[in-house]
Order: sequence, then C-alpha cells, then structure tokens
Amino acid sequence: MIRVTRKIEFSAAHFYHNPNFSAEENRRIFGKCNNPHGHGHNYTVEVTIAGEPDPATGMVLNLKELKEILEREICDRMDHRHLNYEVPELAGQIPTCENLSATIWRLIEPKITQGRLDRVRVYESPDIFAECTLVPSGSANTERR
Amino acid sequence: MSHPLKLTLTRCYRFSASHRLHSPRFTEEQNRDLYGKCSNPYGHGHNYTVEVTVGGPIDPETGMIANLGELDPFVEREVIEPFDQKYLNEEIPEFQDVVPTTENLCREIYRRLKSFPAARLERVRVEETSNNSFEYGG
Repeated sequence: MIRVTRKIEFSAAHFYHNPNFSAEENRRIFGKCNNPHGHGHNYTVEVTIAGEPDPATGMVLNLKELKEILEREICDRMDHRHLNYEVPELAGQIPTCENLSATIWRLIEPKITQGRLDRVRVYESPDIFAECTLVPSGSANTERR
Repeated sequence: MSHPLKLTLTRCYRFSASHRLHSPRFTEEQNRDLYGKCSNPYGHGHNYTVEVTVGGPIDPETGMIANLGELDPFVEREVIEPFDQKYLNEEIPEFQDVVPTTENLCREIYRRLKSFPAARLERVRVEETSNNSFEYGG
C-alpha cells in the first residue's frame, strides 16, 4: 500500500468560547484564545490517501482531482473566513484544531473515490497540529464522545 | 456513514543541550570507531526539537484533547527546564550510566511525560538535527 499526501493552506479567524462557562471560566480555560474579537492563523492541512497504484496510471489517485476536492471542501468554506460564524459544519463546536481535523475528515471522506482517506493533519502553527485517523479495526476505542 | 475516528494533538518544544557519546564498556579506540566525532571528550551540542503527541477524546466542553495551558507547563517542568542549556551526561542523573544517544533521550523524555494527567501520551519524537529523528511510543 502507498500513502499519498497533499498539502493545502488556508487562513482564518477564530476564538474559543463556551457559553456554558462563566466569563471568568472562559478566560481561565481558554486564555488568550478567548479574546472575543478573535485572532487568526495560517492553517496547513495535510491529507493522506492510502491505496494501491492503478497499474495503468501508476497513481493511487489523481492529485489534480484531490487538489480540487481540497480547494472546494476546505478553502472555499474556510479561507479568509471566521470559523466561529461562517462555517456551518463547525456550528456548535469550539473551533480547535482537534475539531477542525475531525470536521475536515468528514467533509473529505465521502469525496474520495480512489484509495481511501488515511489521515488528516491540521497545523494551527508549525508547532501545533491535530491528527485524525481511523480507529484501527478490532479496536473498540473511539475518541468521539 | 461515520467511522470511529482516532484523534491526537501534537505540540513541538525545543531545547539546546550538549552531550558526548562514549561508553565505558568500550576502549577509547572502540568508542572512536563506533561514535566517531560524537565521542569528542569535550562534548558537543544540538538544538533538539521534541514533538509530544497526546491522544484521547475531545472534551465537548472545550473542543480539546488536552489544554495546552496544562501541557505546556508540564513539559516545561519535566523536560525543558531540566534539559535546556545542560550537559546531558553530567547533569541528568539518568544519563550517568546510560549513553545519551537520542534513542535513549527519546525514551527518557517519554518516561518523564508518561504521567501527564489530562490525556494519554501517544508518542514522543525527538529531532537531534533536521536530518535525524527518533520516535518512541512506549
């Protein structure tokens, strides 16, 4: 099996706030990320597709098609947007990179017709990333609550 | 159809330290043959990068696997503060009798971080230079 990874970047604003918490709790738990005016990041998303290369093309999938899927599903929705207000798929969620990686997984997964989605990594900065993969088969351990 | 997903969060930290690769079990010549320049008796240093990966469910109240406001001070206290700007061979008790290769360093950092209370430690990856990295997941 071969893994193919394509990278895409977008820039967006967000802030962390839970209406169930008091203002003081929000500040304590989320720190600077609770600033109600929001702040922004240059996000990098790495999407990995796993599969066997097609003998005729030598490709697991056509990277041009993957690029178009990522532009449509990620950039068109999220680039230069405010993640708290403008992305319906994130509604009701705190837009952490953990939640972003799971949301991006669910957006992309049904669009992949060659190979299968293996991994989604969302870098909020070069030093912080969340990673989403499938729970290995046979494991009852799911990270979803 | 939704599949069960495994989620992890990774955070990078940095410290600089010196070390010397030298084992008392070998002769001076054997040490030089085995470790080459790394056996220089005066030691040498690296800018280490440490990637700490934690896993577990996303807390629906915070959207987080682990709050970096808790992970950062924990890693700072357990690893960065004791290791940064130090000579690993002489100033870290665990390397008194263990050669501070980055393999052993990676395992020692994992051991120190394993008790992080807020999420499960998945793995530690240490870059000794941008060309060499070592990973340990227990």
